[in-house]
This record gives sequence, C-alpha cells and structure tokens, in this order.
Amino acid sequence: MSMPSTQVQPAAAPQVRELTFAQAVREALAEEMRRDPRVFIIGEDVAEAGHPFKVLTGLVEEFGRDRVIDTPISEAGFTGIAIGAAMTGMRPVVDIMFGDFITLAMDQIVNQAAKVHYMSGGKLKVPLVVRTTLGATRRSAAQHSQSLHAWLSHVPGLKVALPATPYDAKGLLKAAIRDDNPVIVFEDKMTYQLKGPVPEGDYVVPLGVADVKRVGRDVTVVATSSMVHVALAAAELLARDGIEAEVVDPRTTVPLDVDTLVASARKTGRVIVVDEGYEKYGVTGELASVIAEGAFYDLDAPVRRLGAMHVPVPFSPVLEDLTVPTAERVAAVARELCGKR
Amino acid sequence: MTRATEISPRDELADVRPEQWRALYRQMLTIRRFEEQVNELYTSARMPGLAHLYIGEEAVAVGVCAALRRDDYITSTHRGHGHCLAKGASVERMFAELLGKAAGYCRGKGGSMHIADPDVANLGANAIVGGSAGIAAGAALSAKMRGTDQVAVCFFGEGALGQGLLYEAMNMAALWRLPVIYVCENNLYNEYTPASETTAGSMTARPAAFGIPCTEVDGQDVRAVLRAARAAVARARAGEGPSFLLCHTYRYRGHHVGDVNRAYRTREEEEWWMTERDPLALLARWMAEHGIADAALLAQLDAEVREEIARGLAFALDGPYPDPSEVAQHVYA
Repeated sequence: MSMPSTQVQPAAAPQVRELTFAQAVREALAEEMRRDPRVFIIGEDVAEAGHPFKVLTGLVEEFGRDRVIDTPISEAGFTGIAIGAAMTGMRPVVDIMFGDFITLAMDQIVNQAAKVHYMSGGKLKVPLVVRTTLGATRRSAAQHSQSLHAWLSHVPGLKVALPATPYDAKGLLKAAIRDDNPVIVFEDKMTYQLKGPVPEGDYVVPLGVADVKRVGRDVTVVATSSMVHVALAAAELLARDGIEAEVVDPRTTVPLDVDTLVASARKTGRVIVVDEGYEKYGVTGELASVIAEGAFYDLDAPVRRLGAMHVPVPFSPVLEDLTVPTAERVAAVARELCGKR
Repeated sequence: MTRATEISPRDELADVRPEQWRALYRQMLTIRRFEEQVNELYTSARMPGLAHLYIGEEAVAVGVCAALRRDDYITSTHRGHGHCLAKGASVERMFAELLGKAAGYCRGKGGSMHIADPDVANLGANAIVGGSAGIAAGAALSAKMRGTDQVAVCFFGEGALGQGLLYEAMNMAALWRLPVIYVCENNLYNEYTPASETTAGSMTARPAAFGIPCTEVDGQDVRAVLRAARAAVARARAGEGPSFLLCHTYRYRGHHVGDVNRAYRTREEEEWWMTERDPLALLARWMAEHGIADAALLAQLDAEVREEIARGLAFALDGPYPDPSEVAQHVYA
C-alpha cells in the first residue's frame, strides 16, 4: 500500500512494523553486516538459495558471496573454519540448517569453541554465532525435528538464545553477534512466518534478561521458544476459567535470568515449565530446580514440567502431535495446580 | 609430487646464513632438551597429567616455523611442545604451563596439550586429533578476508588422516584457495597402532584428490623441511592456495611418557632411526662438512641450552600456582 502519508513521524520514535520472524532475523543480519565488516555468514545454501526457509533471501545480493558463503555439506568443517576465523578477528554467523545437524559439529562447538577462551587463560576469544533450528510438528520425522538446545546449554563457555517472537529474534541475534563468546541461537522453524511488531533500526535484547510475555497472578508458565506461543494460548484458555496465568520467557537458557523466574514463582506460588526439548534430563528439569531452590517457601505445589515425549519424533502427524506439549495440556496441568480440574 | 630431499644445483636455501643454520640447530636442540626434561619431570612425579614427547620430530616444527613470519598462524597438536617452542614460546613459560603454574601461557588452565600463544600467532595446541584442521583453514580465511598476507600452518600427525574433519576442511581450503599449509607429521604410529594398519591407499593421494599439491619431505632433514615449507608459504602468500607437506619422521619415545613397552614396534627399528636418521646429528654433520659449526661449537651450544632449560625449570618450579579464585575466570569473555 502506498498512500501519501500526512502524518509526521517524531524523529526519536523508530517506526514499528509487522515483520515475520524470518524477516526479523534477516533484518538483524543485514544491519549487523552493514555496521561491522567483520560479520559474515557461512553455511549450506545461504547465498542465492537464501536458505531452504528463505530466511536469508536478498543478503547475498547486498553483501556478495565473499560475506555470504555457501559451503559444501560439511557441518563440522565449516563450523571449524568459522571458529578459526572468529579467533583471528572476524565475527562469523554459522548457519546449521536443521538443529539435528548440529550433532555433526559438536566436537567443534563443544571441544573447540566453548573451551578456547578458558584453555588459553583468557587470551583467545571466539566471537561466533551459530544459528540453527528447533521444533517438531513439521512432519519432517526424527532427524529434522529435534530440539537439542539442552545439549548446548549444558556446556560451559557457550551461550544459548531461544527467541520466540520477531522482536526477540532481531534483538537477541544482534546481541549474539556483538557478544565475544560463542552464542548458539535456536529458531523455531514453525514460527518463521509468525508476524509481530519489530522496530526499525538498531536495538538489542540483552542475553540473560527474561521477558514476562503475559502478566498473571495465579500460576506461572515458564516457556521457551515455540512453547511461548503454546503457553500464551493456554493462558487464553485459562482466562475463560478465571485463572490468570503469567507467561515468563527466559529468552536465553545461558545466561539464565534466575531472578525474574523466581520472582514470578514467588508471586503466583504455582509454576509449570514448558520446553520443546526432551523432558528427561532437559531444560525443564534445570529450570524447575532453579525455581524450586529459589522460591521453595512461596510455592503451593511442586513445580511441574512439560517437555517433548521421550521418543524419536515420529513422522505420522497423528503420532507426532502426541509428542509435544499443547495448549490444552498446559491448561489442564495449570487447572490441577490451581485446584480447578 | 616431488621429493625435496636433495640439494638442487641452484639451492633455494643459499640465502640462509651460517648463523641462521646454527640458530635452527639450537632451536631443535632446545626442543630435544626441553622434552628430555619433561620426561624427567613426569617420571619423577613432579608433573601432573600427560606428556606426549616430540623427540625425534624436531626438524619438522623447526623447519616449518623457520619459513613463517611472527604473525603467521599455527595450530598444533597433543604432541605440541616442539611447535610452540619453534614458533617462539619461551622455555620458562612452557614449563610453568606444564606444571599448572600461574605464569604459564594459559595461566595453568591448558596444560601440556593446550598451549596457546597469540603473541606469536600460535592459536593453540589441540588434544582432539585433527581437531584444528578447520581452525587453521578459518584463520587462513580470516587473513584473506582481512586483506593481510598471513598464512596458517596446521600441524597434525598421520593419525589425523583418520578424521573426517580434515577432509572437509581441506576440501574448502582448496575450493576457496585459502593460504593454509597442512603439515602431516608421519611418525608411523597412530598412538599405539602402526599407520600401515589404519591407512588404506596412499597418503599423498588424499590431498591430491582435492587438487592440493603434496610434497613428500624427509622430516629428519631440517633443510628439506625448510625448503618445502618456504615453497608452500610462498604459494599461500601469493594467493595460490593450500599445500600439503607429508613429512616422514619418527617418534623416538612412546605415544606418551607412560607408554614404555611399545610392543607395537621393535627396539631395532627405534635404534635405526636414532642412529641413522637423527635430525640433530644430520644437521650437525652437514654443518661440519660446510664449516658452519664444529664439535666445540656444538658442545658450547649444548651447554647454553642446558643452562636455559635449567633456568626455565627453576622459574616454573619456584612460581606460584594460580589463585583458587581463577577457577571460574575466563569461562566467558
């Protein structure tokens, strides 16, 4: 729509548009690449193809193939190359097409990137970003559907960001690119087309600052990434029953904003943690225990957890949909906690 | 593929002055004496951890690093003391790191297998076999993107030929003509297993498959190593892409100090390499033949090196351990 506008924008207020999650990611990358010539993108099908999810469309046209580098299908190799570039003055953004493929680069991320700063006594730095995906229900079966962010969160030296909205996607990615540490950014592949308000121009969402996505007083739902939207939908269902759910998004698992999680838990006294990673030995366990330790005397019930079922993600939609938490299940657990079944 | 062992009529090394040959000898000797001292420290239970000695392979590190500038990158291996010293590390701070002392290159956090020294562009030794194949290529990519003419050397043993990462990185290095030099130290044993049992086909065919020129080098002859390394460095600096040096060498000691039986090879084989193919003896003989150094001078050099080793060790032994508060420092930058 191109109607002549009669409104005058105040200079100080950046314009806020509706962008998709994918557009927000692309805008963050483009702005950072314009700002800092050391930033470059490396990965499979990132240049003319613009990535299978079309997240990177247009970047090679602006920045050229020297800064948007298509690689062979060699996750370990190009991640290692990015680490070496990061150690010597560049700020690479690695693209791992599906989160499942990060396993192929795990030695480079876990044994190299995460440890270089520490092992060198603080002399070397690895300002590296690895962008990858998480999330099931795309009918992609067991090797294209996992949410493996707990693996990376487990390793000291790495930071892990889990943007849930277009606003957070842009702001967290900019923070990650400016950080002097390896930061793994997991994007939910099912939310790339989700729209939301995104300010034009520069802003940063600091790593380690949670966001209360909905205020409530009866029960806290701590939710990450894809599960933020499940939690918000559950809160709508609960509101019909007179239960006011507070939805808290940690936004980064490392560093973790313990204070905001605990404060919400102490306010409501009831907590559910929802995350799309496997429930066993996962992010829900860590968040639940952090909350239990910090808010024990204010809790009215044990902290409840909802994560992915402990099965490889099945292909058949009928089966796959059983493996991830839904708004209905979150709401049912919330009603239990609040004594309203 | 060329065999760079003979002196050609027009020797590319004609510019190397006598004092430079003596310096290369001294550097090899420093590594030898350093490692002997490490062995003594370890077997007398004064050094914690693991020690993989470089004795026997000194000509490779010294010959390659002599072809590099201070700002050229290297990555090293678990058997990395020789690379670090040859690139410019000091004996005293090396010993301090090996003993876990605060004055060590990594403040005691890295130890024998992780010495990094960015001041001389040493990006660190790596305890994952082949683990730095990508890092070295990445440093080369970075140099290219930043518009410098730095090169990167990736040292690794022939055991790394079993790692897929090496081939992924070599493929991209060749595709993108990166200024990286892959230096394969073929010491004949993947830890405790003969390379012949682990390596199908030809070693030189591996880089050849990527179109990376491969030079086989007598890794016991520092002059041959220097000659081949200079050519590879010149090629990289000129933007002509990666090279692969296959350096045939020998690990005099076990995989690590605790590997004392070495049932996987014979004492006769070890004896042959030590008496016939010792890199120090070969250079000493050549220098004597060319009037560059006589026995008296070599004895004097040895006395100097022993004194330097003793001084460095004393510095490390006397130095403090890191403060306990440092344990959680440097996890994040």
